[in-house]
Amino acid sequence: MTSVLYDAPGPRAKRRNVILSVVFVAVLLLVLWWVYRTMDDKGQLEWSLWKPFTESEAWTTYLLPGLGDTLKAAALAMIIALPLGAVLGIARMSDHRWVRVPAAAVVEFFRAIPVLLLMLFANEFFARSTNVSSTDRPLYAVVTGLVLYNASVLAEVVRAGILSLPKGQTEAAQAIGLRKSQTMSSILLPQAVTAMLPAIVSQLVVIVKDTALGGVMLGFTELLNTRGTLAANYANVIPSFIVVAVIFIVLNFILTSFASWLEGRLRRSKRSTGAVLGAEDVDDLNAAEVGGPHKTGGVL
Amino acid sequence: MSATYATHPEAREIVFDFISDYDDPTLLGAFWMTVKLTVFSGIGSLVWGTLLAAMRVSPVPLMRGFGTAYVNIVRNIPLTVIIVFTSLGLADIFGVTMGARDDFALQGFRLAVLGLIAYTAAFVCEALRSGINTVPVGQAEAARALGLKFSQVLSLIVLPQAFRSVIGPLANVLIALTKNTTVAATIGVAEAALLMKEMIENEAQTLLIGAVFAFGFVVLTLPTGLILGWLSKRLAVKR
Repeated sequence: MTSVLYDAPGPRAKRRNVILSVVFVAVLLLVLWWVYRTMDDKGQLEWSLWKPFTESEAWTTYLLPGLGDTLKAAALAMIIALPLGAVLGIARMSDHRWVRVPAAAVVEFFRAIPVLLLMLFANEFFARSTNVSSTDRPLYAVVTGLVLYNASVLAEVVRAGILSLPKGQTEAAQAIGLRKSQTMSSILLPQAVTAMLPAIVSQLVVIVKDTALGGVMLGFTELLNTRGTLAANYANVIPSFIVVAVIFIVLNFILTSFASWLEGRLRRSKRSTGAVLGAEDVDDLNAAEVGGPHKTGGVL
Repeated sequence: MSATYATHPEAREIVFDFISDYDDPTLLGAFWMTVKLTVFSGIGSLVWGTLLAAMRVSPVPLMRGFGTAYVNIVRNIPLTVIIVFTSLGLADIFGVTMGARDDFALQGFRLAVLGLIAYTAAFVCEALRSGINTVPVGQAEAARALGLKFSQVLSLIVLPQAFRSVIGPLANVLIALTKNTTVAATIGVAEAALLMKEMIENEAQTLLIGAVFAFGFVVLTLPTGLILGWLSKRLAVKR
């Protein structure tokens, strides 16, 4: 893939690679040594700080409930945002200007705004205009913020998914006399949903990561928030950060791997049209539009 | 009620007085902080991300491994965890105060920039790598067949084409970064989101405050997207 940049190494290149490797390892070891020494100095390597993670209390009281809330908020946000996103995405492709333009404006507006602003606003809105209890409010605010943002991203995913289908699908549907709504609901959407699956799973990673924002700014008791309580209890700042980071990495790694497995499966499958929206498209759709969603995909 | 309320000049002053009531930072000052965070982190992550991309395509397996591991680990950690860690872990435990031990505002700013660079560089690296991959193999093969050296292949043939195809994806990273700077609010950097939190909790005009700050971010991200989008279309290599 990238090996096009250089030839198979000869004797001189091999020697140079060895030297570079040695220098690189030396620098890496130096950094690791500094981290180790500092942690040792500050007593962060004491077994008493790490021991809680081998016992059930730290998990059942802090980490698992925190992880549960993280997953709950992420799942709720995804479940609510998906249909909303589908409606917005399809509305944006409407033939009627009065449907298309407002939908586009809503999508572009919420995609241009940081999700934290949406969460803060939702929190204040729930506090003033509704009687949601103050214990439930952080969850409501986090989910609302995530839904507003992700519905607009998913609207773009849906749109890109439909645009990625071969033109012949629409033409064939028209040729056999289907109406526009029938073309959309029985021809385009079912195929687009399949093509979108990897992108939807990738977007779940973005949602999981954004829940942490609500933990710090709104006091939502997700994983990063319960880490604070845990660290206050056991005085293990660095170990707790490492454990929480590892949990996030493992969780998101599973989701990412699942997404790329799906992507590979869909690309290979004979029954589909070969249109797939992958993880890279999601990266682009999460920023505002530059170059258009259908230009960045490798398959399109 | 609000229609007549806002048409009287003195009433309008009351509606908008939240803007002048805050002077540490002012509304513009907070957005200026957002811009500074974006610019410094943008430059830093471009440098660190390019280094990472160079490692990921380098002939040295160890560097390739490091680049891959870094990108996969950092992309899967929430930015919030990284930013909070720079304050509670890096500064408080490791004693990394970024040359501002006593000036907490400056220290917070520098730590936030450090965290944003560490996170954004992973995305810059991926954008650059995919840019290098868009250059057809035949280009490099033809260059090598002409007898160009590795450095010549890279600097004369591959990189000029790669950079042009990468402007769009990099612009997306920059826009995402602009929005991500709000996470710096979690460690108390006085940028737009933190001021909005303070204002929206203390003032009555919830919707107006939300609209003002939303407008601020639209103003910051929209021109970036438009200008760089136009540039990327103009410079794209037609194949």
